[in-house]
Amino acid sequence: MNNPLGTTGLTLNEPLLWEKGRKGRSGFSMPGRDVPPSPLAGFLLGDGPDFPDLSEVDIVRHYTRLSQWNYGVDSGMYPLGSCTMKYNPKTNERQAAVRGFANAHPLLPAPLSQGILELMANLQKYLGEITGLPAVTLQPAAGAHGELTGMMIVRAYHVDAGAPRHKILIPDTAHGTNPASSAICGFTPVPVKSNERGVLSPEHIASVMDEDTAGIMITNPNTLGLFEENIREITDIVHEKGGLVYVDGANMNAVMGIVSMGKIGVDLMHLNLHKTFSTPHGGGGPGSGPVCARKGLAPFMPVPWVEEHEGTYSLSYDHPKSIGKVHAFYGNVGILIRACSYILSMGQNLKKASQLAVLNANYVKEKLKDTFYLPYDRPCMHECVFTDKHQEAHKVTTLDIAKRLIDYGFHPPTIYFPLVVHGAIMIEPTETESRETLDIFIETCKAIAEEARKNPQILHEAPTKPKVRRMDETRAARHPQLAG
Amino acid sequence: MRYLPHTEEEIAEMLQTIGLKSLDNLFGTIPEDCRRAEPLDLPAPLTEWELDTHMDMLAAKMAAPPDYKLFLGAGSYHHFIPEAVKQLLLRSEFYTAYTPYQPEISQGTLQAIYEYQTLVTLLLGMEVANASMYDGASALAEALLMAIRITKRKKVAVSRLVHPFYRKVIQTYLEASGFEIVALPITKEGTTDLSGLDHPEEFAGVAIQSPNFFGCIENLEAHGERIHTDPKTFFIASFTEPLAYGLLKPPGEYNADIVCGEGQSLGIPQSFGGPGLGMFATRMKYVRSMPGRLVGQTVDKDGKRGFVLTLATREQHIRRERATSNICSNEGLCALASAMYMASLGKTGIRELAARNHDKAEYLKKGLAESGVNLPFGAPTFNEFVAEFPAGFKEKYARFIDKKIVAGLDLEPFYPELKNHYLFCATETAARTDMDILIKEVAS
Repeated sequence: MNNPLGTTGLTLNEPLLWEKGRKGRSGFSMPGRDVPPSPLAGFLLGDGPDFPDLSEVDIVRHYTRLSQWNYGVDSGMYPLGSCTMKYNPKTNERQAAVRGFANAHPLLPAPLSQGILELMANLQKYLGEITGLPAVTLQPAAGAHGELTGMMIVRAYHVDAGAPRHKILIPDTAHGTNPASSAICGFTPVPVKSNERGVLSPEHIASVMDEDTAGIMITNPNTLGLFEENIREITDIVHEKGGLVYVDGANMNAVMGIVSMGKIGVDLMHLNLHKTFSTPHGGGGPGSGPVCARKGLAPFMPVPWVEEHEGTYSLSYDHPKSIGKVHAFYGNVGILIRACSYILSMGQNLKKASQLAVLNANYVKEKLKDTFYLPYDRPCMHECVFTDKHQEAHKVTTLDIAKRLIDYGFHPPTIYFPLVVHGAIMIEPTETESRETLDIFIETCKAIAEEARKNPQILHEAPTKPKVRRMDETRAARHPQLAG
Repeated sequence: MRYLPHTEEEIAEMLQTIGLKSLDNLFGTIPEDCRRAEPLDLPAPLTEWELDTHMDMLAAKMAAPPDYKLFLGAGSYHHFIPEAVKQLLLRSEFYTAYTPYQPEISQGTLQAIYEYQTLVTLLLGMEVANASMYDGASALAEALLMAIRITKRKKVAVSRLVHPFYRKVIQTYLEASGFEIVALPITKEGTTDLSGLDHPEEFAGVAIQSPNFFGCIENLEAHGERIHTDPKTFFIASFTEPLAYGLLKPPGEYNADIVCGEGQSLGIPQSFGGPGLGMFATRMKYVRSMPGRLVGQTVDKDGKRGFVLTLATREQHIRRERATSNICSNEGLCALASAMYMASLGKTGIRELAARNHDKAEYLKKGLAESGVNLPFGAPTFNEFVAEFPAGFKEKYARFIDKKIVAGLDLEPFYPELKNHYLFCATETAARTDMDILIKEVAS
């Protein structure tokens, strides 16, 4: 490949924090003393944590160098399937940092916090409109936290109806968080297989759904990037037996303005604001996982509720059927501000975003389907799943392909997930990648497939360009060294 | 729209490549009766500049420092944050990165979180810390679930002086899992009364917060000994103000089995209560039962030092319903912020800053006492304390607000027996002049 995106450049070494600095240095502007000292009783005092002493320059260089060893969405394309690594708009950061928001104390009396309460009430309205599920809580701090909240609501609903249930249906394509979240609520997950078309079949659901089953958790579109086309029949079957339909909204980026989850029989779902609504992943978090539900489930939503009365906003706690609280305060408000900024910037363009996300995924699928094996050759939603089957003959695996992409300047796709596809390579370009970036990505994938045939060793050795090469993960797990 | 790079020509060409005529055709696999007919009812898009105005307008309706003087803590604290920390956090290689599952191009995040884990173990006196939980409340709920898993007992005891909102979260988590919570009462001194804990062996764990919700420093030594009369019972120490451990002996030195709490104080803006930072630390012998991600040190193919996510077999993406927790996304960027903040302070700085905090709150406490305000609890405090006013203080409280002063937090909604009791907080950000105004006006 001529002039690939990935190249080598000067990277600086940087030791661990405590391998630098000098006793007596400080990187903090210590406020002056305007009150007399008032020592604590000696027996309460410790020696103080043995932190390194560093200057502000030491710290700035340290973290600047570390940051340069990272790859972010701002560095380049990040086609991680089911993670929706779209561009994180800069203006969102500005809004979250506005002083009145950043310095807002969560226990301010309501008359003193109208601005944020108004924003939260509006965001609830917007998310209700986008999902078609008008009862919204913004409290969950992440997607899995939303799932847990959702499962608590499902549990409370059945307990309230006087008949607690013990099982929950979970498709084999689900994220691991689904079974883990339902297990905390005491549900036994019943795995459900998807059919040869990569979707759930109503007959199978009917055969496993019974009156001890609380409901089903469906990711729709699913993690194979396919819309669960039988969703209406499935929701009917589940409802007929008194169950609830929960949707994992991790893949909502495919269907904003296109599908109303409320209208197709979904009872409740969570959204990942750090996926669909452009808030940054932060190298692992913080995220935000609001839960949206149909009106009938509103009484079970976590407290406090944000309420509006004639233009005045307040928080209310007195809701006896509520599951309680899932966050110390009201959720990751800083993330809510960013997501609200995004929705206000996009408006109707949210539908366009979904269309372009699906366009990009189908374009990549079409262009690469002769390069990598495509287990489900049908139109996809916002992501497409390939495998390493064509490369097996050259003893090249999905992992090798992923690592070689790094050398070429791309973040690897999601790999080995969903579990139902052997050697999965799950690509989600998102709508914010331009056609020319997709073309370079496609060309790169083809070049890698060519290398796999001609010189698989290059792939086994990859990556060679980053600061470190493949890591010894076995050693890390066998001899855990978790602090310095 | 500036985030959508496609031109009309490109869209047409790409559709042609796929063999479709229109963007609508892309959704052919969605049955007609699942499609939404009506457009999204959302406000018209704002320009970048209109959005600034809109948000500034909303933010102006917030009573925030420095315009307002808030003597308010209760789990969210106003501290100075160095500009260097704020700007370094805006390095977009950090904030726009995903979870570091690809270690070769995530060494920045990985080393930084390894350093965070290390600083947390030093601060709390523990052996191992994870890469973070959502907040102090969920961290404590997960600590109790961890104790339940290890001991296979079905009951836990939680001090009434654990933050009331944390106790609500614990109740939500444990009710869903079907476990029982026993509340531990309050002594006259404002600390946890463990005298009734005759059978610690009935409990998976006992949770104590120090400094507690009243700001009082708990006698963790005595509590630890009492709880550990059954060596299997987990002594779980919680906190909302980690800066205290710049001065105080950390819970690890009192043999706590799990130490967890909220790290917002360490360089994270208050943001109306989130995102914060759930800090979580324990003993190495329990590491495989611990919730949350862990970063470990290892070497690459060439023997060069590097870092990876490790011990993932505890986690949901591997273990599914048998995982130690369902947590996936955590508060990574907030953990990074706190590491930057702790590094900025250093050993010398954190001690000094903690002392300044203590001095400020003591000044306010003494001043109020000299004005005739009753201080009902005698235990030593850090940053916060409870003051009792004569009936009718509510009107005075409203008058303070007119003067842009928030005079503490009314405790009655949380502790119905504490009528006219208010929780006050003063950190290094409280100026003596402002405290003097408060002290003077309280007396008038």
